[in-house]
Parts: sequence; structure tokens; C-alpha cells
Amino acid sequence: MSPPLPDTDEIDAIIAPHRNAEGPLLPMLHAVQDAFGHIPETAHRVIAEALNISRAELHGVISFYHDFRSQPAGRHVLKICRAEACQAMGGAALADATLKRLGLDWHGTTRNGAVTVEPVYCLGLCACAPAAMLDDRVLGRVDDARMTSLLAEAGA
Amino acid sequence: MKDFIIPVRERDMGTPARSGAPVTLTIDGVPVTVPEGTSVMRAAAEAGIQVPKLCATDSVEAFGSCRLCVVEIEGRRGTPASCTTPVAEGMEVRTGSDRVRKIRRGVMELYISDHPLDCLTCAANGDCELQDMAGMVGLRDVRYAAPEGAGLANHFEARNTSGAANPEWLPKDDSNPYFTYDPSKCIVCSRCVRACEEVQGTFALTIEGRGFDSRVSAGGAGDDFLTSDCVSCGACVQACPTATLQEKSVIELGTPDRSVVTTCAYCGVGCSFKAEMNGDELVRMVPYKHGKANRGHSCVKGRFAYGYAHHQDRILKPMIRERIDQPWREVEWDEALSFAAARLRGIQARHGRKSVGVITSSRCTNEETYLVQKLARAVFGNNNTDTCARVCHSPTGYGLGQTFGTSAGTQDFDSVEQTDVVIVIGANPTDGHPVFASRLKKRLRAGAKLIVIDPRRIDLVKSPHVQAAHHLPLRPGTNVAVVSAMAHVIVTEGLMDEAFIRTRCDWDEFQHYAEFISDPRHSPEATEMLTGVPAASLREAARLFATGGNGAIYYGLGVTEHSQGSTTVMGIANLAMLTGNIGRPGVGVNPLRGQNNVQGACDMGSFPHELPGYRHVKGAEVRAVYEQLWGVEIDPEPGLRIPNMLDAAVDGTFKGLYCQGEDILQSDPDTKHVAAGLAAMDCVIVHDLFLNETANYAHVFLPGSTFLEKDGTFTNAERRINRVRRVIPPRNGYADWEITQMLAKAMGADWGYTHPAQIMEEIALTTPSFAGVDYALLEEKGSVQWPVNDAAPEGTPLMHVDGFVRGKGRFIVTEYVATDERSGPRFPLLLTTGRILSQYNVGAQTRRTDNVIWHAEDVLEIHPHDAELRGVADGDWVRLVSRSGETSLRAKITDRVSPGVVYTTFHHPDTQANVITTDYSDWATNCPEYKVTAVQVSLSNGPSEWQEDYAAQAAQARRILPAAE
Repeated sequence: MSPPLPDTDEIDAIIAPHRNAEGPLLPMLHAVQDAFGHIPETAHRVIAEALNISRAELHGVISFYHDFRSQPAGRHVLKICRAEACQAMGGAALADATLKRLGLDWHGTTRNGAVTVEPVYCLGLCACAPAAMLDDRVLGRVDDARMTSLLAEAGA
Repeated sequence: MKDFIIPVRERDMGTPARSGAPVTLTIDGVPVTVPEGTSVMRAAAEAGIQVPKLCATDSVEAFGSCRLCVVEIEGRRGTPASCTTPVAEGMEVRTGSDRVRKIRRGVMELYISDHPLDCLTCAANGDCELQDMAGMVGLRDVRYAAPEGAGLANHFEARNTSGAANPEWLPKDDSNPYFTYDPSKCIVCSRCVRACEEVQGTFALTIEGRGFDSRVSAGGAGDDFLTSDCVSCGACVQACPTATLQEKSVIELGTPDRSVVTTCAYCGVGCSFKAEMNGDELVRMVPYKHGKANRGHSCVKGRFAYGYAHHQDRILKPMIRERIDQPWREVEWDEALSFAAARLRGIQARHGRKSVGVITSSRCTNEETYLVQKLARAVFGNNNTDTCARVCHSPTGYGLGQTFGTSAGTQDFDSVEQTDVVIVIGANPTDGHPVFASRLKKRLRAGAKLIVIDPRRIDLVKSPHVQAAHHLPLRPGTNVAVVSAMAHVIVTEGLMDEAFIRTRCDWDEFQHYAEFISDPRHSPEATEMLTGVPAASLREAARLFATGGNGAIYYGLGVTEHSQGSTTVMGIANLAMLTGNIGRPGVGVNPLRGQNNVQGACDMGSFPHELPGYRHVKGAEVRAVYEQLWGVEIDPEPGLRIPNMLDAAVDGTFKGLYCQGEDILQSDPDTKHVAAGLAAMDCVIVHDLFLNETANYAHVFLPGSTFLEKDGTFTNAERRINRVRRVIPPRNGYADWEITQMLAKAMGADWGYTHPAQIMEEIALTTPSFAGVDYALLEEKGSVQWPVNDAAPEGTPLMHVDGFVRGKGRFIVTEYVATDERSGPRFPLLLTTGRILSQYNVGAQTRRTDNVIWHAEDVLEIHPHDAELRGVADGDWVRLVSRSGETSLRAKITDRVSPGVVYTTFHHPDTQANVITTDYSDWATNCPEYKVTAVQVSLSNGPSEWQEDYAAQAAQARRILPAAE
């Protein structure tokens, strides 16, 4: 069950502290995503109006950043690195196995809503590849066993 | 190839022009001097050297994304992009070394690897910059191909080599009626996005995604072009270097092979267009880069809405009938003209010389208008000539004539680029004058301040990247009070430009005016209750205008179409003189004229009291000029204005009317009175493209020609005389000036014009402000702004530079007198009317194009508070009633209008907003008070009884008998 959609006043209150900032759009989008786990459609008009930009411009910015979501993710987000160093150290196989185990495609969420799996291109941990990231935690040298315990921790 | 036939002037220079100190550099050994800030690319183009490019075009700022325009510069590392590199003194540039050639081929190879190779069947074949550049860089091979039986990474194949659907491929977006967006051909150069932002100022487009996923996108996620904010101005289509954004007409008809430069026949901006032809077929209208009014920009009307010329409703054969309850009978020209001439002469014999008259058209050319008023004065022998300017800008003519000495705007449109504070009053430029609005918005984005005085929250008040510093939402009918209050603030706070007033204006009159305006009853606080404008914001707006630098005032029909229209115009002139904002670039008083040639129609002597050039018919020496030339005696008494003609018709003393290119039944106020006047006449001759509403009461219908089918000139709002050139032969057989001449001849005149140029010669010969105008000069200069005479042989972009035309500027006291039209218990709301972007005037032209997709019917804008009181929901049918009449239309609930104010457009005859409007009018000029009508709104089931009767009468009146074999 998804929570009720936020209303205009709620979003207004969230973006208000950023109104007078220099370059206020990204802080506003982050604030909204932090509050709701995604950027709901209702926020678009409010933000565009507040900054006097067009909805096309807003769409251009939101769609530029992969981390801004239009739908809420699972309770945890697992990112698996797909960049060169990790691929060379078995990252691709790790990713395939993880997705297969969960029965998901990239960007999919487990049926119990626990984990969303996403690709990421370099976490800056090339020296301890393959790397992954669970929510805010970056993890190096992830093997099958480590992945199993991570997924268990996340409740997948 | 095409490039050989592109005249030098029309080449794309790559980046916009700059003005600055001269800088000299050498490019490929060729020395060239250009203004500081110019790009290397543009400097090369100036030197005749074309650097290959894709993402650059001279209508938008450089972007530096395609990397095709790289060059080498002596002493600098690498290969900088020539579009983003500014010139420097002594710079040595090489545009064609082996190194840059190799880079360009590599870049082009990558572009082509993600582009379909269907050039021969592509709509842009022969008109594609990607194709031209591939040729120019000498691309011979593309090494990147999809592996057999595997996935591929491109955007243009619907299926990959293994047969699976390609997720990167997007279908064509056909939603806009005039152009298509085909993502498979897009090279993501962003020219369209930048054109939408920089040129049009709508910001409807963006690049969505990033990297390989980058796509041009209209609006937000899930939008297409039609549902986005796109206003269909065509700037993106023009900027697109490929077939990605392509006119549907080109897809259908093929690429054009020649063009004719002409002038748009819609609003008073008077944009220059290239009518591009394929054989004798018009393929598209493209805004002309060197058009001085539009500077290469256009709106949806001029760019796309010309299809009415070929609409099936167009009448191509003359028609007559004895009585208006009979069906029309198609006849030959001879019969129609002799029928009309005999009737008019018969009426004059029975009811006197003054029982017939003419109405000239603000949509026809200067030459045609001149002939129609000449018909009245020289052939009918009276001054019964009037024009639709009567119902729009006649107060401008009077007000500016009284204060400054000329009946026209003071600036050219380029002036807006140097303005610092703009007042827009009673005008909605983004809808009514869209190309000017784009130029204004560009200036506002660069930092100029805006004050909007309008009962509605028009788009300029707040739209992406534009926000008015002040919006003064006045109650309709209180313009004079608001303008006077601003003057009060300026005078009492000592913000006026005393030096200007002392040197340029009549000081004694100013003293008198200052005393009048300083009276506390004009203060913003005293008038707040009346106008609804908060005193504090009015004070701030007045201070901003007086102290913010170059101040310009632009106004429209929201100023003139009032019982005190002329007074407001004088008030505006006072504001400009008080603040010294006259006589230099960036300032001035600028009426935004409604129709393409309303300025010209006024100039050409269409008014009953004025001969061409605004000279009163009472002047014996002026009459003598024409009497000598025409060999007739000219009546020294002014003739009848349109409302007087209709009154006289109802009284039985006015019996015959020749009405060219105007639909008075739909466009003039108080429709029932107009209908009664027309019905009382014995001979109504309608000369128009379509059986318009007025033609329901006509006895003779003379089919007209469109602006595409004739030669002549239009004069726009900046007094600019622009050439109209014949693009296709008249489908009805004759240009309108020929038809007027044939009617004159049928009535016994001996006119012998064979080309409009001869008519212009006669105008120049007799009218001092046009003395220097001839077609050769227009051919040479492109356009000129009157006055054109010995003192200003190339025309006059700015008026009143060293002194006012009348000598000293004259302050006139502007006493506010409330209109007699007041809201009360029975009619508690005030109705004001206006125009919408996609439609034009009575809609005769635009309703017969695909523009109806944006505005299929007139709707009534009503504030949520007023709607709730009446139980009206969005989209409901409502009955709109005034003292004059009633009609029904759908409601649109919006807070753009204030509580107590409702708004509608008058584009559709089945609504007939003018059934509602009253016959109150401007005290000086009879300009009707369209903008204020007290009304009541209530729920209704559908069209009113009057609308049904009207529709039945119209259907009856439009019957045409099959032509006799």
C-alpha cells in the first residue's frame, strides 16, 4: 500500500528553506526526494512555479540525474558497480547471480518491497573491487557470501 | 546544389552579430575586421569562409557541442571550437588543416553512425545541414555497424539486426497540426531547445536524460508537442538542421525551390516572411531574417495559418441577389459590377449624394485602401468613408495627434532592445502580438523591469523566466484614474524630468497640468477604492517607471476601446513626457496595432474627416490637391462614421454600403443594432474572401484576394511600410485594387491604374509624409518608416527626436469620468474581451485553418469565487446577459481574472460576444467601449434562442443557387 500523495502545502513547506538559495533547484529536489523517497508528480508544478521555470526545464533536470526517482524504491537500495575494474574482478557475474537469485531485472524491487537493485558506474572503490553500496554504505570485495548476508540484512 | 542559390545576405553566419570595438584578425591568410566579441566562426563567415558546423546557427548563442567547427589558432594549444571562441586582435586562424579535417571526419562519422541513411526519401533531402556537412567534410565511409544477429546501439532502427524491438527507438510525434518531430533523425544539437528559449522565450523544450539517452523532449514526462507548453511559433522547426522537426507541408509537397519575400497579413507587428514555392505551389512560410519588424521570428499564425487561401469556403465567383431573403446567384464580373453600380447610382438619385458610403479594410493594402476612400470622395462625391480602426485605435490617432502631433507610435520594434522599464497597459502581447512579445521577453530576461496594468493576469505577469515587477489589476474602465494616479505620484514626488519638460514641452501648459494632477483626488490612495489597485504598489510602479532608466510604454485595445479611450492615450503621452521618455531608442509610446494594416488604413485617409496623411477635409488647400488631380469637387464637410452610417440606415437616410474586407456584423459592438442597420439598406456590397456574417445582409458579393495573391504595401505598428508581393495568382481572378477600380469604372470613373506602384506614386505625390516612398526605394531598403520625405529620405525610425512634430509637446488634463456602463444588482459583473494566440480577430481566416485545434470555441473566463456563487463548474454552459443582449458559451474557471470580472474572446460567430457589448463609445472618436460591459452570468443548457435564430438566419442567407448552365 502506498502512502497518500503529498499535497501542495506539504511540498511548499519542504522547498521553502531553499527558495532564496543560489541554484535552488537541486537542493529542492533532494529535499523532496528525502521526504518522500521519490519526486512525486504533484511536486513538479509547485517547484516549477516557485522557481518560475517551465515544466520542460524541470523535466530536463530531473531526468538528467538517475538518482531522482518518479516512483518510491524499496526499503533498501542495493547498487552494484558495473564499471570496468569491478567487471574485471567478477562484478558482472556477481550482479547476474544476485539478480537471478532475487528474480529481478535492473531497477526492480523485490515483491516484499525490501530491496531495489540498481546498477552504478564506479563507486571509487576500484582497489577493492567488486564493489556495491547498500543504502548509504559502500562495500568492497563483495563476493557471493557477502552478498547473501547483505541481502539477508536487508530482508530480501 | 542549393548553397549556390542562397544569396549572400541569407547565409547562416553561425553565431549572432555583436557590436563592439573593431578587432582585426586573419583567417586562412585573409584579414578581416569584426566587432569585439564576435566568434571566430562568424568572423570567418564575414571573410567568406564557411567553417563546418551543426549545433551553431546565428539565431541563437553558440553552444559548442558538435565539435565540427574546430579550427587551429596560432599560439594556442588544441583545436578550439570556432563558435565559442571570441576573436582577438592579431589572431591567426587556420580553418582547414589536415588535423582539423581529420577530426571533423571522425566527428561526422560518429554522427552518421546513429542516423538513418534514407536521404533520398527524406523530407529534408536537399535542405539538410547534416547532409551538407557530411559532404563538406568529405565523409566517405562509416566504420561503425551493428553486429549481425545481435543488439545494436542506435536510435533510428525500430528493430535491431536480430529482429528484437529497439528500446532506444521512438515513434514520430505527429501531434502538432503543422510539423512533426521524428526522434530517429535527431542529432541532439539542442538548436530547437535553444531557439525555444532564446528566440521564442517559451521554454517548452528540453533535453531529457543524459549521454546516449539524451533526447529532445517537449514538456514534461509523457507530454507530446501538443500537450506541452509549445505555442507552435516554428522557431524550433526553423532551427533544426535535419528532418527531425519538419513542416508537414514540406513532407507533403517537397522542398521549395524559390521564394518571394512578403509581409504577413495578421497582426500589426507586420512580420516579413519568405513565401517558399515549389513550382507555383506555396510550400511554406518562413520568417525572413532581414525583416526589420520580426528579425527572423514568427508566430503560429503567420508561419502556419495561411491555409485559408485554399479553404473550400472561399468564394471565387461574384454573386448578387435582389433581396437578402433570396439565395445568392453566381454571375460574371460584368453583371455583378453593373448591378452594384446601378443600385448605388439609383440610391443616390433617390436619396441624395450622401446616402451611400464605404468601409475600408485594415487587412487590405495601402493602395487598395486609398482607392476605396477615393471611390467615396471622387466617385460617390461624399466623405462617407470609415474603417475598422474606428473600433480599435482611433483614440490613438486622436490622443497622440493632440499631444505629440502625429497619429502613430514613436519607435521601431528594435527599440525594445534598449529599454529598461516597460509598461504594458491594456495589451496582451504574448497572444495578440506574439513576435513583439518574444522580443520583449528577451529584453526582460536580460534584466529590464516590467509593469503590467491589466485586469487579467496575462502571461507576461508571470511565465518562465519573466516576472512583472508590478501587476496593477485595475477594474475595467478605470484606466484614466490609474494613469493619472501614476502621473500624480511622479509630479508630487518630484520625479519628473524637468529639463526635458522645459525644453521640449509647453511649460505653461505643464504648469496647468501639474496643478491639476497634483490635486489629492488623483492620488493612488484616493482612487484605490475606485480602481481596485493597491495604492502602495501603484506608487512603487510609478517610481520605478520614473527612475528606472529608459522607460517605454506599450499599449493595446485595452486602452482605446473605452468611453475614455482618447483620454487614456493622452494620459500615457503625459507620462512619457513627464519622465522625458520620448525621442531616443528604448523609450516612447507604442500602440500595438491590432490588424496588419490598421496604421496604413488610417494613413490613407479612411476617416470621414481626413484626407490621406491626417489632413482635415475642411482645409481648402488640401482639398485642392486632390480636386486638381482627380478633377472632381471634394465635399468640405466630414462624412459619416460607421456608427453614424448604421444610425442613418435605421433612420432611412443611408441606403448603400461598399464594405471591403471587414465583418462589421461580428466585429462591431451591439450586433443587433448593426444587423438592423444593414437590413435597412438597399444595397450592401461585401468584398471579402468568405461569406462573412455581414454578407448575410448583402446584395452583392465580390470575391476578394488574399495577401498571397496581390502586390502592394502594408504599414505596421511602427509606421513601417513593408512590401506585399504576389506569390500566387488571385484565385478569384483579380486583386482587390482591380476590383475597386472596376466598380469605380462601372460607376463612370476613368481610372486607369495597371499596377499598385502607380497608386503609390499618386499617394506619394499628394501626401507629404509619404513623399519619398516608391516601390524602387522599398525594393532597395526592404522597408521604410514614414515620414519619408526630403528631410528623411530613408524614413524615420524614431519620431520626435529633436522636437515634437507639433512643436512643443502638449500636456492635456485627463479628468476621469466613469463610464455610464456600470455594474449593479442586475448586472453585477464586468465583461472585458480580448484575443487569443491561435485566433485572429473575427476568426474568418484562422477558424479556417488547423489553428482551431488550440481554440475551437470562445469560452468565458470567470473567477472561482464568482463561479461558486452561481453554481458554475468548469466547462458548464453559461448564459451571459447584458443590457444589450445575451449569448451562451462554456465557462472556464480561472483566477487569471479578478473577482467581479469576466473575460471572453470574439473569434467565433456562433458565440457573437458582441451581442453583449453596448453602444457606448469613446467621447472623441466613437471607438466602442468593448472592454467594459456590465453582465450577469447564470447556468444554461446550451445556445440561447438568439444564437439559434441567428444560425438559422445565417444558413438561410448563405444559400447559393447552382450556377446556370
